[in-house]
Amino acid sequence: MSARSLRDEIQEVAAQYPQSRSAMLPALRLAQEGHGGWLPPEAFREVGEALGLTPAYCKSVASFYDMFHLKPVGRHLVEVCTNVSCALVGAQQVLEGFQRELGVGAGETTEDGEVTLRTIECLGGCGWATIVAIDEHYRTHVSPDDVPGIVQELRRGS
Amino acid sequence: MAAELQKIVLAGADDRDLTRLAEYEAIGGYRALQKARALAPSAVIDELNASELRGRGGAFFATGRKWSFVPKPDQNPNPHYLVVNADESEPGSFKDNEIMARVPHRFLEGCLITAHAVESKSVFIYIRGEYTGPYEVLVAALEELHARPDLRGEVTIVLHRGAGAYICGEETALLESLEGKRGQPRTKPPFPAIQGLYASPTVVNNVETLATVPPIVELGGAEYAKLGVENSRGTRVVSISGHVANGGNYEIPNGMSLRGLIYDLGGGIPNGRELKAVIPGGSSTAILRGDEIDVGYDFDSLLGLNTAMGSAGVVAIDDRCCMVQLGIRVSEFYEHESCGKCTPCREGTRWMTQILRRLEAGEAIQGELDLLLDVCDRINGKCLCPLGETAAVAVASYVDKFRPEFQRHVDEGGCPFGDSSPLDHVMAPVAQHTHSPTATVPA
Repeated sequence: MSARSLRDEIQEVAAQYPQSRSAMLPALRLAQEGHGGWLPPEAFREVGEALGLTPAYCKSVASFYDMFHLKPVGRHLVEVCTNVSCALVGAQQVLEGFQRELGVGAGETTEDGEVTLRTIECLGGCGWATIVAIDEHYRTHVSPDDVPGIVQELRRGS
Repeated sequence: MAAELQKIVLAGADDRDLTRLAEYEAIGGYRALQKARALAPSAVIDELNASELRGRGGAFFATGRKWSFVPKPDQNPNPHYLVVNADESEPGSFKDNEIMARVPHRFLEGCLITAHAVESKSVFIYIRGEYTGPYEVLVAALEELHARPDLRGEVTIVLHRGAGAYICGEETALLESLEGKRGQPRTKPPFPAIQGLYASPTVVNNVETLATVPPIVELGGAEYAKLGVENSRGTRVVSISGHVANGGNYEIPNGMSLRGLIYDLGGGIPNGRELKAVIPGGSSTAILRGDEIDVGYDFDSLLGLNTAMGSAGVVAIDDRCCMVQLGIRVSEFYEHESCGKCTPCREGTRWMTQILRRLEAGEAIQGELDLLLDVCDRINGKCLCPLGETAAVAVASYVDKFRPEFQRHVDEGGCPFGDSSPLDHVMAPVAQHTHSPTATVPA
C-alpha cells in the first residue's frame, strides 16, 4: 500500500471523530494491514503524519495493545485461548497439537514465514471452548484432533 | 425454583433471523423507539428507574440513576455522548458476543432510546478488537439503519474497534482508549457523566443493559420489575462454561438457583465427575465450593456468600482440578492485563504468580502462604481501578475455600494433583513474552 492512500484512508476514518486522535486504533490497524501484519518503524511515521502526532506517541499507544505486532509475524496468525474455561476442557493439548504440527513454540513463527502461533487471553467464547482464532476468525469446540486439518487448510490457502 | 428460560433480551432470536432489520420490525422492533421519542427524556428515565434495571457489565449500578447524573444541555453546553462498552473480556463471560451477533437491532434500538433519554446525538460503540463476528453483524445492521432516517433520526453511531486490552472494559480506560491513548484508567471523580469523552458529559453503558432498554420501554418499567427478585429485577443472560455438558448463554429471571443453572440448563458435570468449585460471575469474582450452589443467582444472595454475579460468567470446575493451578492461571491473566499505572497492581499480580508457582513446584515454605494473602491484602483498595483488587480477591478466595489443598502443596513438597488436573502447565500469554523483571520475591 502506498503511504499516500493509507493517509487518505486514515483521514477518512478520523473524520468520524470530533478529535482526530481518536482514530489512533483504527489507523494503526490499517497501517498493520498495509505492512504485512505488523508495524515497522515507518508505519508509526505514516500514522503520525496522517493524524498530526509524533511517531513515538503512536508507538507508545501501539505497544499497549495485544493485537498490534511490533515485530514481523507470519502470513497467518493462529491464536489459542488458554484462559480458564478453555484450559479446563483441554486448550493446552490443542496448543501442543499446533506446536507439533507447525514445529514451532508459542510466540514463534514457522521458518517459511507462513504461520505465527501464540496463546491469547480469553476470547469471549468460553462456552464453546476451546476457542482458536485463525486470522482473527473464531473456530469453536476445537479439539487436538482438529489441528492437522486446520493447519492443512492454512497451508493450502496460502 | 425450576430452571426455566425467560427471554427478554434474546426474545424471538430462535425463530427468526433478527440480524435483519425487516425481521426485527416484523416482531415489533423499533416500536419502543417511537414510543420513547414521543416522551420527554425525563419520562424515559422515569421508566428506567421504575424498572430497577441495574447495569449488566458487572458493576450493577442503577441504569436510570446513571442517566439522571448527566447534566441537561442548558447546564453543560458541551456535546453529550453515549459510549457503549462492548469490550467484553471477562474470562467466563461471552454474553455480549451472542447478543450483538443475534439481536443487533434490539441493541441498536436501545442505543437510540438511550441517546434520546440523555439528549445525545453521538454514540460510540467500543467493541473489543477480537470480536470480528459480532463486528461484521453490527456493520451490516448499521448499514440497514443508515438507510432509515426515520429510525436513525439525527443520531450518528460510530463503531470503534479495540485492539486487545482487558483493561479497556473499565469505563475510564475505555474513554482514554477511545481518545487515542493507552488504555489506562483515570482518577474518579470526576465521573464520566460529568467529564467523560473529550471532558464532556458521557454515559457509558454495557451492551446487555442497552439491549434491555427497548423491552423495558415496551413493557413499561413497572411490568419489567415484576420479573426477578428484589434488588435484581428482570432477566440476565448468563454465560455457562467449563465442566458442564452444555456450555452456552442462557437468559434467566434473576434469582434462579445456581444449581439449576449448572445442572438443568448446563446439563451437569460430564464424565461422571463431581463439581468441586464454581466461579459465579467471571474470573474477577470470589469462588464458591461445589456444595455452595443452593443459592439464588442474584445480587443479594451471592453477596451473602461474599461473592457476586459480576458479568454473569459461571465457570464449573470438576474434582480433578488443582486450585493452586487455577490460582496461577488467573493470576497470570491479571498480571498480563495490568495496565501498569498503579504499583500495587503492577507488582502485586507478579508477586502473586511467583508465589503460586513456588507453591505448585513444592518450593514454598509455610510463610509464603501467608505472604500470598499479605500481597493480596496490599493490593486491595490501593489502586485507581478494580483490576488488581479483583485478582487479589479471587486468588484469596481460592486459599480461603480450599486452604487444606494449599497446605498440602507445602507439606508434601509439591502438587498432589499433578498432570491429572486439566490446569497443569497451561501456557499463558504472559509466559510467552520476553520480560525484563522489575522485582522478584525475596527468598
